[in-house]
Amino acid sequence: MKTETLAALQEARTKRRAVTLATRLSDAAEALVYRDDARGELSGDAAIVAAAQRAMDIGKSETIDVGGAKIFLNVYVPPPRLIIVGAVHIAQSLAPMAAMLEFDVTVVDPRGAWATTQRFPGVKVIQDWADEAFQAMGLDSSTAIVTLTHDPKLDDPALESALKSDVFYVGALGSRRTHAKRKERLAEVGITEEMFARVHGPVGLNIGAKSPAEIAVSILGQIIEVRARRLEALSAPKVAAA
Amino acid sequence: MSDALEVLDQVGKWKADGKGVAVATVIVTWGSSPRPVGSQLGVDDAGNMVGSVSGGCIEGAVVKEALDAIKDGKPRLLDFGVTDEQAWDVGLACGGKVQVFVEKVN
Repeated sequence: MKTETLAALQEARTKRRAVTLATRLSDAAEALVYRDDARGELSGDAAIVAAAQRAMDIGKSETIDVGGAKIFLNVYVPPPRLIIVGAVHIAQSLAPMAAMLEFDVTVVDPRGAWATTQRFPGVKVIQDWADEAFQAMGLDSSTAIVTLTHDPKLDDPALESALKSDVFYVGALGSRRTHAKRKERLAEVGITEEMFARVHGPVGLNIGAKSPAEIAVSILGQIIEVRARRLEALSAPKVAAA
Repeated sequence: MSDALEVLDQVGKWKADGKGVAVATVIVTWGSSPRPVGSQLGVDDAGNMVGSVSGGCIEGAVVKEALDAIKDGKPRLLDFGVTDEQAWDVGLACGGKVQVFVEKVN
């Protein structure tokens, strides 16, 4: 491995950019393969670049054979990120549990009394409106968003931004009735029925959760499930298009 | 994955301090091996380690090869396979097998 390669891998993580490092095992020749770019000695080999990009999509490192040469593809995808909108009681359980599951956790709430680091030790806390915070952070397909405030003027803009992005999970706390009203309000800002169907609401798996910690478990269970199914679907053999 | 990035951070620091450094990576596993493909161990020229490529059993052997790789600059492919009977002795209690690639950071 070259020192420049090491630096590039660290930079990719900081920028939350997925990258695969392809290494030829016979002589340690390398290529750094991004979704839209490839660099290094092996980057001219289209078969290696294509395999590296596929490995990145399914998030799985593996050794492959290209023309008799063994190539190791090491996938570095950004860790999944959870953005919690609403620095409320449930968030105080959800944030540390998600961190334990190796999510990169951020809590967003414009209300200064709620969004404090004392209430959320060891977690990123942003005191801002969700849609503005999202814009600064940049939403991506390894991000999950959960809204917990119950307050339409805080939750709605967050859901609107989330549904116009490619985040892998959107969940919203609230009863079925609240959820139906939410659907009507969001329709007015251009969220179609199809788009709204992506929202998990009432949020979480139906495990009879009552306490904030139990609700946090049900939400995380659902996020884990959605993420696992998505990775399974991505790694399934593709059916050839007619 | 965050694990692997911690390894790279430490390796980068060692390198910046002018140390000789090697990285070992699990590239193939068979059966129930303790660490998944992509797991990494960083080693400096004094034998200090960061990360892991197993539950702790093969690290000693990997460090030795890593020190040799730092000296001669050549990459290495190491196979560790154990029978169930040997498993307890070397620490791969599950009886898994792993292949580890060791290379110097240039």
